[in-house]
Amino acid sequence: MLKTSCLNIPFANPLVLASGILGVTAASMHKIIRDGAGGVTVKSISKAPRTGHPNPTMMGNDTYFLNAVGLSNPGIENGIAELIQFKKICPAPLIGSIFAGTADEFAELAELIAVAPIDILELDLSCPNVGREFGEPFAYSASAIGRITRETKAKVKVPISIKLSPNAWNIAELAKMAEAAGADAITAVNTVSGMAIDVRARRPILHNKQGGVSGPALFPIALKCVYDIYEAVKIPIIGTGGVMTGEDALKMIMAGATLVGVGSAVYYRGADVFGKIVAEMTEIMKQENIGSLDEIRGVAHGIM
Amino acid sequence: MHIPQMLSIKKITDENPFVKTFWFNYNLNSQPGQFVMLWIPGIDQKPFSIAYDDSAEFGLTIFAVGSLSKKLFELRVGDRVGISGPYGTAFSIQNDTHYITVAGGYGAGPLGLLTERLAATTNSTVDFCVGARSADLLLFKDRMAKLPHTTVQVATNDGSAGHTGFITDILSGLIQKSHGKKIILATCGPELMEKKVLDCANKNNVDCEVSIERFMKCGFGVCGQCCVDPLGLRMCMEGPVVNRATANSISEFGNYHRDKSGAKIYY
Ligand SMILES: Cc1cc2nc3c(=O)[nH]c(=O)nc-3n(C[C@H](O)[C@H](O)[C@H](O)COP(=O)(O)OP(=O)(O)OC[C@H]3O[C@@H](n4cnc5c(N)ncnc54)[C@H](O)[C@@H]3O)c2cc1C
Ligand SMILES: Cc1cc2nc3c(=O)[nH]c(=O)nc-3n(C[C@H](O)[C@H](O)[C@H](O)COP(=O)(O)O)c2cc1C
Repeated sequence: MLKTSCLNIPFANPLVLASGILGVTAASMHKIIRDGAGGVTVKSISKAPRTGHPNPTMMGNDTYFLNAVGLSNPGIENGIAELIQFKKICPAPLIGSIFAGTADEFAELAELIAVAPIDILELDLSCPNVGREFGEPFAYSASAIGRITRETKAKVKVPISIKLSPNAWNIAELAKMAEAAGADAITAVNTVSGMAIDVRARRPILHNKQGGVSGPALFPIALKCVYDIYEAVKIPIIGTGGVMTGEDALKMIMAGATLVGVGSAVYYRGADVFGKIVAEMTEIMKQENIGSLDEIRGVAHGIM
Repeated sequence: MHIPQMLSIKKITDENPFVKTFWFNYNLNSQPGQFVMLWIPGIDQKPFSIAYDDSAEFGLTIFAVGSLSKKLFELRVGDRVGISGPYGTAFSIQNDTHYITVAGGYGAGPLGLLTERLAATTNSTVDFCVGARSADLLLFKDRMAKLPHTTVQVATNDGSAGHTGFITDILSGLIQKSHGKKIILATCGPELMEKKVLDCANKNNVDCEVSIERFMKCGFGVCGQCCVDPLGLRMCMEGPVVNRATANSISEFGNYHRDKSGAKIYY
């Protein structure tokens, strides 16, 4: 009932692990598949290893999760080894994820990671937490999105998904730009910029001061982004942001998502949240006589 | 609590010339083997095992090794740090058992707390085994010597106290001596020492609980930094304390761990 095809890749269900939550190692991604996800996204990889920001890099409360990890990762060489290892032990779809400081470097890194057995390559243009190092996220600029997409597409055959930021007021326009430049899919959204302050410490809690908000508070924002993007483009959308329950996942699909990214829900409901969401979706679909997700994809559009 | 709570340091005690315990007036409600995240604003935040917890106050026993711990050693009574937790799994507390706890370094903290709880709430007996380079560095010898049903076993590399050599040298002997009783080996310390303890438990077919430390960013199961091969278990959630079967299933144990970036570092 939940079987989904995205870019001709079969997914047992539409839930994919979002980049940066668990997913550093092959073993951890394999565990997420055993816990019920249809596919996984690796934590974003850069050319050289990075240790990220000092702690605290994340915190959570009932309504939101906030992080500024600073894109720590073991670098492309170690990263590829984990991706190869994952496919050795698990046949489920694997989404690679990379980030870089320039369009040239994105293309170069894409070429390197394309030797790994990834099914889709996500370009993280939208991390809000490394501003001091990389400047404004590329995901705020139509010209940067166009250039990075074109240069990367020219170098690799694997389908690419452009990951966009909900901080951009014109996210649907930007998605359209990515599509025109050759993107095969859109991942929407990354975290929205935010901050937390500790009154007794009299300072921001995150070492990086500002961070990215995810979890329940992000859901209505992400849902609207996916809805708007669906009206603007024909390519599939990986709808991500604040999905906690089967009900949320179905809302994302009704807004137009093909796949549904799940990250912070691991914090709220445990690592086995994927299986829980699958069970909840199945239950609601039975109650509502929904036979397949194709039946309801984008159904919330075109209503008077 | 997954958000640091600012607590004042109530007292600082010297355990040996290089190790201090930092005390806080707070009911942490922790189990032996669990840890907290300790934040010094502007510096960093790292995991520390709970070495004392009597519900009125708790203590963290800390070695000054690097950026965060050295900064902590500069703080004074009344200064505040952020504490979150307690996190992770704990050592089991069982009756009718002979525990052999094997500590190295700050591992004496959580095992000291375990031994106190066993003495206070069970009829079990304990061999509290602790090793160090020399007699002046041994941790919690006196704290443990006061407890009922507890025997302190000591080893030093230079022979200045107890057995000369490694603490793991005396384990088989202690197991033989307790023949017929239910035995649990519990260990926390340098990984290669822990590996020897696990090997000894396997050889003698007795239960074993091992505290496995990995680099931790969040401490509550999200960052994935402390996942171990090949099962992807998170050492902040499914660990740090794991049983013998789980420890045996962790192929990287005693072999390699991952650094802050996620790259493998071999022992
Ligand atoms: C579950 C868990 C429980 C822990 N419990 C305790 C505890 O009770 N008491 C305690 O003191 N620490 C404990 N640690 C270690 C602690 O979290 C820090 O790693 C340690 O204090 C070093 O941090 P730092 O910033 O001071 O040093 P860093 O700047 O990270 O390191 C400086 C140098 O010291 C080396 N180093 C790092 N850690 C150690 C070490 N433990 N021993 C020797 N050299 C080291 C590093 O390789 C580096 O070269 C625990 C770790 C985990 C994962
Ligand atoms: C701790 C953490 C780390 C993240 N790291 C990355 C990353 O490396 N690359 C990336 O594209 N997105 C990263 N994200 C964003 C997520 O992939 C996702 O887009 C966002 O969290 C919204 O989804 P959620 O509410 O389900 O978590 C991270 C999010 C969190 C919470």
